Amino acid sequence: MSERQLQMVKGNEAVAEAAVRAGCRHFFGYPITPQNELPEYMSGRMPEVGGTFLQAESEVAAINMVYGAAGAGVRVMTSSSSPGISLKQEGISYIAGAELPCVIVNMVRGGPGLGSIQPAQSDYFQSTKGGGHGDYRMVVLGPATLQEMVDLTYEAFDIADRYRNPVMILGDGVIGQMMEPVRFPDLMDPDTLPTKEWATKGRRDREELNLINSLYLDPDACWAHNQHLARKYAEMQENEVRYEVVHGDAEYFLVAYGTTARIARRSMTDLRERGYDVGLVRPISLWPFPEKAFRDLADRARGYLAVEMSLGQMVEDVRLSVDSSVPVAFYGTAGGVMPHHADITQQMEDLIRGTGDDR
Amino acid sequence: MYHEILIAGFGGQGVMLMGQMLAYAGMKRDLNVSWIPSYGPEQRGGTANCGVVLSTEPVGSPVVTEPSDCAVMNLPSLTKFEPAVTPSGYLYVNTSLCPDEVTRDDIKVVRVAATEEADAMGNARVANMIMLGAMMGGLEGLPFEVMEEVLPDVLPERHHGLIPVNLKALARGREIFESAE
Repeated sequence: MSERQLQMVKGNEAVAEAAVRAGCRHFFGYPITPQNELPEYMSGRMPEVGGTFLQAESEVAAINMVYGAAGAGVRVMTSSSSPGISLKQEGISYIAGAELPCVIVNMVRGGPGLGSIQPAQSDYFQSTKGGGHGDYRMVVLGPATLQEMVDLTYEAFDIADRYRNPVMILGDGVIGQMMEPVRFPDLMDPDTLPTKEWATKGRRDREELNLINSLYLDPDACWAHNQHLARKYAEMQENEVRYEVVHGDAEYFLVAYGTTARIARRSMTDLRERGYDVGLVRPISLWPFPEKAFRDLADRARGYLAVEMSLGQMVEDVRLSVDSSVPVAFYGTAGGVMPHHADITQQMEDLIRGTGDDR
Repeated sequence: MYHEILIAGFGGQGVMLMGQMLAYAGMKRDLNVSWIPSYGPEQRGGTANCGVVLSTEPVGSPVVTEPSDCAVMNLPSLTKFEPAVTPSGYLYVNTSLCPDEVTRDDIKVVRVAATEEADAMGNARVANMIMLGAMMGGLEGLPFEVMEEVLPDVLPERHHGLIPVNLKALARGREIFESAE
């Protein structure tokens, strides 16, 4: 019972503990603010559960250690923040190409370049559109609360194993640094997980040699591999869409994910108290993007306001998902500055007035 | 109810712990709560602050920029955050370390000589608890007694012997709030 008590935990530590509960026993990382509490926590926790914590010599080394451990069939995680995740992109592409499951956490900070250490959402393109080379996709999950981050992290390992594909938890500096009450799921024994027949951990008495590789020198073979990957990605798009719609009977909708969705929700409440018919669409899976949420609202929605801690990235997916006759406005702050709920409220009022809704 | 609380001071005064205790207290009373430290390229002896939201609504941004309840433990914090307090909000000032007067007249100011009071109690380190006790006076929905449940959770077991002195300091803060009202 005590396992399921509400606990006050810091976001970075919550992700780490959720991973341990999900049976992750291998962590490779390299320090960077604002996610340092995550590897710090793992450095203490992994020895307790008989796991491996290793601070690598660089982000590039860390992601390649993830590649190796994933190839051996164990649940493995790495974490970083924006500049560090950029360094990991080559490895992520290789892992996707070699079809290996792993979970990658990005606590996004202001960019570009070294940017700032404050929260941002400006890595949306990099995460959802393939930050590394080649036609690959990964499931990207954007939690808005620590409980959701715990639940999604726990589930991320299952998703990764199901598709043999990397999954990213896309947080930001705020969700990494804040404390909120959470309930952790039960501790899973990794020995009870299904055996990964494809893992390269010794041939033993198997007939076939297991090979993990992303190199296909024959273009036809590489094309066949890409077609196989495309079918897998289509399956993910079919099965892994997650979103929340609040006040689905509204006429106007704020669209936001992660920390920004928390702020937008407060604006929604303010606007509704003042008589505006406003709801919220909150994508949780950023890839696959929840186009369905917008299709379902097509009959009634008269306008959308996408809000992000970026100069406008997710808004492109919103525009692709809605009928072009409906206005999709954008409001964003970047570089580590967070949007203020009163400013979002003002922007939404402007949108509603601009579309002829006189109050 | 939506309290946005900001607690500021210099490193070592225990402002992070004050905020965490409020968040724990809110959690124990089934409120929605969040806590977040200011983080940045901090230096030793520099200013430290944390934001806490206590609410019956879901918590929006955990970052507090316009506090409804603000405690300042030193002069740089007073200078920085006095202008940020929302009109008719509470500003709790550690007068022991803030010789300057509050200039605003549209906020409720509670003066707490926290450092001197702590010295008088024989333990300079409980200044933060005296201030916290005062702050709780202004936070409806958070009964004072909840701190008796919170202290054993936030203090490591080896420090549980310090619970009585902390409760005494909290109670002193409460008295100061009540006599200021």
